[in-house]
Amino acid sequence: MTTNINDTIRLEVAGENALMLCFTSNIKCLSEQSILEDSPEISPNISNDVYHAVQLIRTHFTTEIIDLIPSYASILVVFNLLETDHHRLRNKLKAVLKQCNSASDKQGRLVELPAYYSLESGVDLERIAKHAKLTVEQVISLHQAQEYRVYAIGFAPGFAYLGEVDERIAMARLTTPRLKVPKGAIAIADRQTAVYPAQSPGGWNIVGLCPIDMFNAQAKPSMPVEVGDRVKFFAITKSEFLELGGHLPKQVSKND
Amino acid sequence: MTDINNALGLKVTSAGVLSLIQDAGRYGAFNLGLTNGGPADPLAFYWANRLCGNELNSTVIEISLGGLELTAQIDCVIAVTGAPMPLTINGRTAELWRSVFVKAGDTIHLGFTPLGVRCYLAVTGGFNIKPIFGSTSTVCRESIGGIRGGKLEENDVLPCQLLPKPGNQLKQFMLPEQEQPKYSHEVLLHTVLSYQQQHFSSIEKRLFFSSEYQISKHWDRMGYRLQGRAIKADIAGILSEGICYGAVQIPADGQPIVLLNDRQTIGGYPKIGAVISQDCAKLSQCRQGDNVRFESISLSQADNLFHLNLSRFTQTQLITCN
Repeated sequence: MTTNINDTIRLEVAGENALMLCFTSNIKCLSEQSILEDSPEISPNISNDVYHAVQLIRTHFTTEIIDLIPSYASILVVFNLLETDHHRLRNKLKAVLKQCNSASDKQGRLVELPAYYSLESGVDLERIAKHAKLTVEQVISLHQAQEYRVYAIGFAPGFAYLGEVDERIAMARLTTPRLKVPKGAIAIADRQTAVYPAQSPGGWNIVGLCPIDMFNAQAKPSMPVEVGDRVKFFAITKSEFLELGGHLPKQVSKND
Repeated sequence: MTDINNALGLKVTSAGVLSLIQDAGRYGAFNLGLTNGGPADPLAFYWANRLCGNELNSTVIEISLGGLELTAQIDCVIAVTGAPMPLTINGRTAELWRSVFVKAGDTIHLGFTPLGVRCYLAVTGGFNIKPIFGSTSTVCRESIGGIRGGKLEENDVLPCQLLPKPGNQLKQFMLPEQEQPKYSHEVLLHTVLSYQQQHFSSIEKRLFFSSEYQISKHWDRMGYRLQGRAIKADIAGILSEGICYGAVQIPADGQPIVLLNDRQTIGGYPKIGAVISQDCAKLSQCRQGDNVRFESISLSQADNLFHLNLSRFTQTQLITCN
């Protein structure tokens, strides 16, 4: 039950009322390196296609689609069985998404997030620096040099997966996750980075704190970013951090 | 609109193990990472609302295992459906699957169920709870919905509407006994194979569909982790992607996990397929030690089952009791 929509988008069955749109780089380009076929692909181009497909679906569909989950290289489409079925939806998606391809270079918004990088707010900075054979200052400057892309939102409300960090500061998750990662923690896992929207358990390596709410149910919009946006961090001082409403949690402010 | 803070309704005198405010669920907020929540057993949920003459999406209490006690502050009509929890009103046994008139001052008590897991307690007009992201459903893991984003606690007041006329003049209804769902310690899960099935060999698939699994100690509204014959995928993980209701994940240890209402919206384990919604509801009425089997069905069979189930629900007539 695979439907090829075009060279880069495949439509597959996910469940009783769910379809999966799978995105790849151009299949023709890939055929030469088919050995790499199974390796997961994270690329800004694919993510851009996902972003555009979401816009097209939102424009062309109304109540027959219940919700969408865009991610790195896929979109889960959950539909209303009272209004449509797999067959009809498949045909309509095929027609709507034919026009979706990497040719469009319209980018998501650029969102700048303040970051208080320091040894007191970034409890894992020294470990990352040691592992990367860099200084703490170099780790900080590499983290804020990169423009990241919001590849996916999930795990917890407001948790945005940003990628990709400079290879030199990539760092595996902690073997034993912390029981409490503070709200606002800016952290690295492999080549991904994120801001914890709320205090939660987690195994990512903390490099700093962000004073901006990544999720606020009362605010509109509830999140400063959406999938497809670009994110850049800029360093702020401790007093700026506190002025912007940031809180230093007890467990990371060990020098206070 | 009435002031929710001062409104009267049902007051919680004992919250039980896990009692949650639920409506039909939260849809349209996946982009924020919010999951669906909603009733683990939608069929019992819809019946509770129909018995009270409500809109089907009205807010109810989902009670897991039992132990909930409420005191009515005003006259109201309630209906309890689902697992056979012993229901008493002022100590006198009352029936499930029917609407019951409750007077101000009455105590409603639900004991623990020997079978099944979840009950739904609806009230005429629905509980008046402020929705968040379009729904009142509680997802504890997200601290979203319900009263404080969590389970019910002692002294919570769930505001209800005033009855349109004296309660003893209102008609009471019941669901015919032959239409009441029966719960058991075994359930067959009809499953649609999904596209990652290619990562499971035909032998692995045959083992999966011919083995019996037991529900492990990890069973909750997020998902049910099963124990039994391990199934191997030819990949350890995939690029994180959206997860639908009923998806069957196979992690590295090969023990299947069926994902339900409160699942995380994205994840990176390979999936063999997805259990159809009406069987997810049956699974959520099972607990640790209960047995499940999977049966593969085609998409068109799944579609037929969905519509048959729906038309059975809409065509079943309630009986007037008074």
